[in-house]
Amino acid sequence: MLRQSSYTDQFTFFQKLRSFDFVLLFCILILGLISNLSMYSTDGGEFLYHSKSHFIRFVVFFIMMIILSFISLRFWHASAYFFYAIVLAFLVWASLYGITASGSQRWINLYFINLQPSELMKVAIIVCFARYYHRTQINNIGSFKNIILSIMILIMPIVLVLSQPDLGTSILIGISGVVVLWLAGLNVKYFFYSSLALLISLPFVISFLKPYQKLRVLSFFNPDRDPLGAGYQIIQSKIAVGSGGLMGKGFLKGTQSYLEFLPEKHTDFIFTLFSEEHGFIGSVFLLIIYAILIYRIIKIGSISRSYFGKLFCYGFGSAIFVYVTVNMSMVLGLLPIVGSPLPIMSYGGSSMLATMIGLAIVMSTKIHHKQVIN
Amino acid sequence: MLSGGDANVKKFNTVSRRIFILSIAKGVIFTGIIAKLFSLQISENKKYLTLSDKNRLREWRLPPVRGDFQDYFGKLIAGNTKVYQLHVVPEQVEDFRYLMVRLKNILPLSEKQFSKIVKKKNQQKPWETLIISENLTWDQFSKVNFYLHELSGAKPVLSVARSYPYKENYTHVLGYVAQASQRDLDNNENIKQKHVPGLRVGKTGLEKKFEDDLIGTNGVQRYEVNAYGKRINQVDFKEGEKGKRIRLTVDTEIQKFCNELLADKAGSISVMDIFTGDIVAMHSSPSFDPNLFLYGISIENWKSIRENTLKPLINKTISGLYSPGSTIKPIVALSALENNVISPNFKVKCTGKTELYGQTYHCWKEKGHGVVDLKDAIKKSCDTYFYEMSRRLGVDRLNITATRFGLGNRVFNDLYFEEKKGLVPSTKWKKDNLGRGWVLGETLITGIGQGYIQTTPLQLCLMTAQLANGGFKIFPRLTVDQDDESFEKIKYKMSESLNTIEKNDSSIIRTAEKFFKPGEKKYDKLFRNQENVKFVLDAMFASTNEWGGTSYRSRIEDKKYQFAGKTGTAQVKKITKLERELDLDTAQIPYEQRDHAWYIAFGPYNNPRYAVSIFVEHGGSGSSTAAPLAKKLFKKIIDRHEEREKIRNSYLNEI
Repeated sequence: MLRQSSYTDQFTFFQKLRSFDFVLLFCILILGLISNLSMYSTDGGEFLYHSKSHFIRFVVFFIMMIILSFISLRFWHASAYFFYAIVLAFLVWASLYGITASGSQRWINLYFINLQPSELMKVAIIVCFARYYHRTQINNIGSFKNIILSIMILIMPIVLVLSQPDLGTSILIGISGVVVLWLAGLNVKYFFYSSLALLISLPFVISFLKPYQKLRVLSFFNPDRDPLGAGYQIIQSKIAVGSGGLMGKGFLKGTQSYLEFLPEKHTDFIFTLFSEEHGFIGSVFLLIIYAILIYRIIKIGSISRSYFGKLFCYGFGSAIFVYVTVNMSMVLGLLPIVGSPLPIMSYGGSSMLATMIGLAIVMSTKIHHKQVIN
Repeated sequence: MLSGGDANVKKFNTVSRRIFILSIAKGVIFTGIIAKLFSLQISENKKYLTLSDKNRLREWRLPPVRGDFQDYFGKLIAGNTKVYQLHVVPEQVEDFRYLMVRLKNILPLSEKQFSKIVKKKNQQKPWETLIISENLTWDQFSKVNFYLHELSGAKPVLSVARSYPYKENYTHVLGYVAQASQRDLDNNENIKQKHVPGLRVGKTGLEKKFEDDLIGTNGVQRYEVNAYGKRINQVDFKEGEKGKRIRLTVDTEIQKFCNELLADKAGSISVMDIFTGDIVAMHSSPSFDPNLFLYGISIENWKSIRENTLKPLINKTISGLYSPGSTIKPIVALSALENNVISPNFKVKCTGKTELYGQTYHCWKEKGHGVVDLKDAIKKSCDTYFYEMSRRLGVDRLNITATRFGLGNRVFNDLYFEEKKGLVPSTKWKKDNLGRGWVLGETLITGIGQGYIQTTPLQLCLMTAQLANGGFKIFPRLTVDQDDESFEKIKYKMSESLNTIEKNDSSIIRTAEKFFKPGEKKYDKLFRNQENVKFVLDAMFASTNEWGGTSYRSRIEDKKYQFAGKTGTAQVKKITKLERELDLDTAQIPYEQRDHAWYIAFGPYNNPRYAVSIFVEHGGSGSSTAAPLAKKLFKKIIDRHEEREKIRNSYLNEI
């Protein structure tokens, strides 16, 4: 064991480079390419503000991911709680001194970048749980102390994000946290009970929702209720996707987005734009790329010898799946509209940063998959 | 792997099992998403494509270009002119209030216009064009263009609008157009379909009657628009079709001349072809300039038109009802001859008055005409003779003849909704409508065109024409159609009807109804014995061209222009004894109490072709006021005849 670990630690730079997961890298690059082309399209076929800054972010964060991948998995394991704590602190900072935009206090000013800590929390919560359950014995997982601690870890960021208010992100954090908890082996009955409790408290939750959020939920069930108001986004998005057809309207020819019928086409509705321009074939292709990406992440988890790496990869892969599913279901009218970006595709620095950090940890797990952490 | 290895293995197994389950779930969910994509993009693609096109494409309908009116010679009498307009689409304006205030200063707009536009804006949909001004002067137009960069949303446009080059000359013939009202939209489906803000539609006259032909079709501009309604680029442009061109039978030269003849007078002149029924001129005076109504008439103008005592708004030719006075006499005489009530040799001694049941009936000539026969009676318009003759004839037989010759019926059927029928009384009519029995005295005054009888100037023109053509029914027309019957064909038909119907068909004098059945145009004879018609025409000739005739002073001796006619002076009130003794000049009587002056005539006498009726409201006597106009008018009509024939022949050859 000791010998083994010292063996793995002695990886040279080139050995590490060679053990990169190139399929994963390839998927990320493809997604990066697609996202940049889409961003170019949202700018009306010109290399303007959004496309420029998205391109720069992608390049910078991609390089950062490569560099971070060389860091030993042990480092991530060691700094997991610290990472979570820092992001949690950021969240508190955001709720106290954050920058307010469109009625929500989500951002903190780091002078070189406006950071949205809730996005980072999506990764931090998984790292934190991976570390926590790495140590926990299987027999203790169901213990009262363990459950309370887990809930604490999960509830704190959710409440902070919810208070910003940012319903979408808090739901995503919640779902990815719960998924990790379940993967870790928490008994199914707890999930059953808690979802029952959630269902009962749903009316109360709804009464706490802001009027615009209520409207969104209502208009999900009946978009035609107010076609120019709350239902507008769903209707226009469905029109865009539906009118794409098999082959799409062609690159830069999506009339729905070009003529500005599509709302928030840079961020949450980037898939709509892509789907309008590239049709069913393009959409399925994109979905397949995501599927391969998620598959590779889980595959890396399965070969990892450390429970930390394994649980993180499983958790992060599942989280990516949740983000993709929620985003796509939302723009296709299968779920109510909540703010949820499409990983890598959507415009947004913090989301890109968080995704790349997560991918870096995954890559590190691949490179150091034989590493065993005590 | 070391201590508690079993537990660790169990832990690893658990997570592996659960990720396996989760992966299957993921696969299912992704499949679900693909299924949704399939349903949207493949199954329902058509529906969403349509919705997307509906989103991005918006149509703008352009106002249709109205068809022209031409006179018989092809002269434009109602057309379209270019106008400069200022449009705003409120939806595309960022700050409507600001724009309006700027425009108010630049144009400038009055406070009233300003609030009117703002009110209009609130009534219509935000994407509908709001017309700020319909007729900018060149100055205003260039000013707006100069400031255009500050006036985002304002669109100066070149548009077309109705114009009437002959101003007041054709007002009563054509009618006029004005902005379509809600009632126009409700009553005419065609207008409703083609309506755009600012559309002008016919309000009266032919403009209204031929609306469906004139209106044309909308041009359509299809634009790609963005979510904010801003036009991005034009996708499609379909030019509208101009409305049909309608050619009238009217001669502008004569029409204008009629207007000059009636200058400063209230009255009407109509000129008709006695065979084809072509209306050569039809003027009601005073008239007004219909161009004033195009952009909303100013209060001063409207007031001056409405309060004019000469009533310019009434089309006197077809909707003015007046006692025909002595112009009825040719028909009374014809009726008496046809019914064998008298012979032309029948004589009456006129002493200036006659008595019936203690009531005195005066002849217009106080001293009396002495012994007169029928020809003299017509020539000198002896009332006493006609009292006696109509007493013998009876009102009901007179009614049949008069009705047959076109009195008491609309001349144009449904061409003008404002046309009046007039009234030819009968015993039955009085019983039905007034509930009292007919009094013989009423027959007497009906025989000199007073009393209940009421006619329009055009009816008298038609009556004259039907006498002048030898006594045949004709069909007055105002528009030239492809399938109009030619002069030659009509003449042939008339001679045919003369031959086919046997002489002395007594039904002719018993009923008038058969002449007013719709259907085939039969140029039936209206007489039993054509000699009677000829006699009446002869008497009319004497009235104008023989010494002692009532219109002798207005005669033309040149055979080319020679015409025959009958004067009429219709009282508007009963003359009191005092007035009779005073015998005032026309100028000394208050305007509203003055007599109406009439003159009906046809010419050239040798080979008649045209009939005219001249009416001067409160103009005094027919012989002094109306007949002199005919003298000038006939010169004009006959001079124009050759030109008219040339045009007619050229059109004949074309077909």
